[in-house]
Amino acid sequence: MSATPTEQAVTTQQTRSPRFSLGNPWSKPRWLTGVTWVYILWSLLPVLLAIRVAFNEGRSRTSIDGWSLKWFFGDNSFSVFGDPALQDALTHSLLLAGLAMLIATPLGIMLAIGLQRWRGRGSGPANVVALLPLVTPELVFAVGLFLLFTTLLSTIGLGTTAQVIGHVTFSMSFVVVIVRGRLVTVGPDVEEAAADLGAPPLAVIWRVLLPLLAPAIAASLLIVFALSIDDFVVSQYLASGAETATVPMRIYAQARGAPLPSVNALATLMLLFTLLALVLAYVVFRFMTRGEKRGSAIEQIASIDSGGGR
Amino acid sequence: MQKRRIWGFLAAPGMLWLGLFFVVAFYAVISVGLGNINTLYQPIPYWNPLDWNFGYLVQAIESVIPGGQNWPVVVRSVIYITVAITGALLIGYPVAYYASRHAGRWRGLVVVLLILPFWISYIMRMFAWTNLLAPDGYGSKVLSALSIDSLFSSIGLLDGTDWLGGQGITVIIALIYGYVPFFILPLFASLDRIDQRVIEAARDLGAPPPSSFWRVILPMSKPGILAGLVLVALPMAGDYYTQTLMSGSPSTSMIGNTINDYIQGGPDKSLGAAMTILLSVVLLFFMLYYLRSLRRDQGEVAA
Repeated sequence: MSATPTEQAVTTQQTRSPRFSLGNPWSKPRWLTGVTWVYILWSLLPVLLAIRVAFNEGRSRTSIDGWSLKWFFGDNSFSVFGDPALQDALTHSLLLAGLAMLIATPLGIMLAIGLQRWRGRGSGPANVVALLPLVTPELVFAVGLFLLFTTLLSTIGLGTTAQVIGHVTFSMSFVVVIVRGRLVTVGPDVEEAAADLGAPPLAVIWRVLLPLLAPAIAASLLIVFALSIDDFVVSQYLASGAETATVPMRIYAQARGAPLPSVNALATLMLLFTLLALVLAYVVFRFMTRGEKRGSAIEQIASIDSGGGR
Repeated sequence: MQKRRIWGFLAAPGMLWLGLFFVVAFYAVISVGLGNINTLYQPIPYWNPLDWNFGYLVQAIESVIPGGQNWPVVVRSVIYITVAITGALLIGYPVAYYASRHAGRWRGLVVVLLILPFWISYIMRMFAWTNLLAPDGYGSKVLSALSIDSLFSSIGLLDGTDWLGGQGITVIIALIYGYVPFFILPLFASLDRIDQRVIEAARDLGAPPPSSFWRVILPMSKPGILAGLVLVALPMAGDYYTQTLMSGSPSTSMIGNTINDYIQGGPDKSLGAAMTILLSVVLLFFMLYYLRSLRRDQGEVAA
């Protein structure tokens, strides 16, 4: 799926002829296989169980107890769609993610193109500032925005606007990394050809560069969506009250309190949205870059987040 | 000339945004931390460096040195983070190594499964454990059936049998669980870049498998290991939610909890801001180290 044809050829050769296994530092890494699969099981099983509990018939949140959808859609006031607090959290999360996606992506694209080409005084610090949010602990980042919106920008204040601004700020750096990666892949040739043929800079960007960047733009949109919907710290610091609570905030507040599977149902819905966004990003990216020589799209998308700790 | 200026113009909106909401936001932390409070204990930021009042910063520094009230928290944070990144290394290295070099036809699936936890909300992954480790949860039952809880109690790592009742070990394991995926991926990328021919050369020149690992692969993956460890240590240093969800007890609180309590708790916002300044100064070195390695990787791709 992800190995390039040559890699696959090497692998088959290795299994067929023992001579080639000399290239293998450990010819039979059985324990490595074991460790890896145990790790994968350990990393995913808890989440799968939490999802399974969301479909419980009974009220238990710690054990599997029948099948039903009542914690999602039940007409009792404890289901996700019966409890206004849970339903509001879901709509608020989706609203923030949608807005963050629409603002962070264009800003990040322009920043990426600009930084890639701009070689003047100040471009060094600009590069550092554009990437610094990736490595700043989220708490430091959130404290900064919280103090900014309670002092200098108290006219904006805490609430939905502040939350959107916070999400845009941390996700813009991811867009920059994605788009710059694509710019490097595409290379300057086509763009230079267009400029040599007399296209003015704006036309080069609009008619040559943007179409070439389309896969990265699609991937950025959906990844910003996924980052925003999963965010907890920034949302919490910039919330102004119960009506600006997001899904992760609800889960956090009720994780050790209210013992009902409706929280699991809420978490399941959020996960569903994140995974939908990612699958869509992957499919679109694959579709738009079809026929190009490249590594696996999965790995490209994976490498995007190697800068974030959230 | 005009051609060149356009790149600056393109970057301008994004730079202005980051300038205001990242750089000025951090300046707000400095201004509050070096500011004062009014009679209602609300912070008054001092934006002018000439007005700066270093009282809170001094108070913050005094609290984190030996004998200060936050000294135990600092020691605990350093221990938790050190143990957690060591655990992440011991679990993550074999997994990343297998995925990059030995997964064969399973490689695609393994990579997808390794990426998945990345995209499941951290809070949800912790929440899943609060269900499992509740006294009647599956996790507690399995651990008790395997006598792991009594084993841990006998060596003093667990107090009683309630895994969620303020146990340091639970917080550490949760940190490992939470952050290992973020360690594995950059390491995977760096192991994947090692040329198979280099390893073959080592074997051809007579290196037995262990020494080709210790003397070729491990040194070549060292930058990836360091970058990965920094990448997971940074968010751990600001983590407060893992501790609240897994323990909630002050006896296991980390530096992130202290800052969170100061900022969101009430009258000590200025002190919290001063603590945030201290934390950032300590972490800045690691942040720049990681950025440098990130840019070095990008340079390699470009070349």
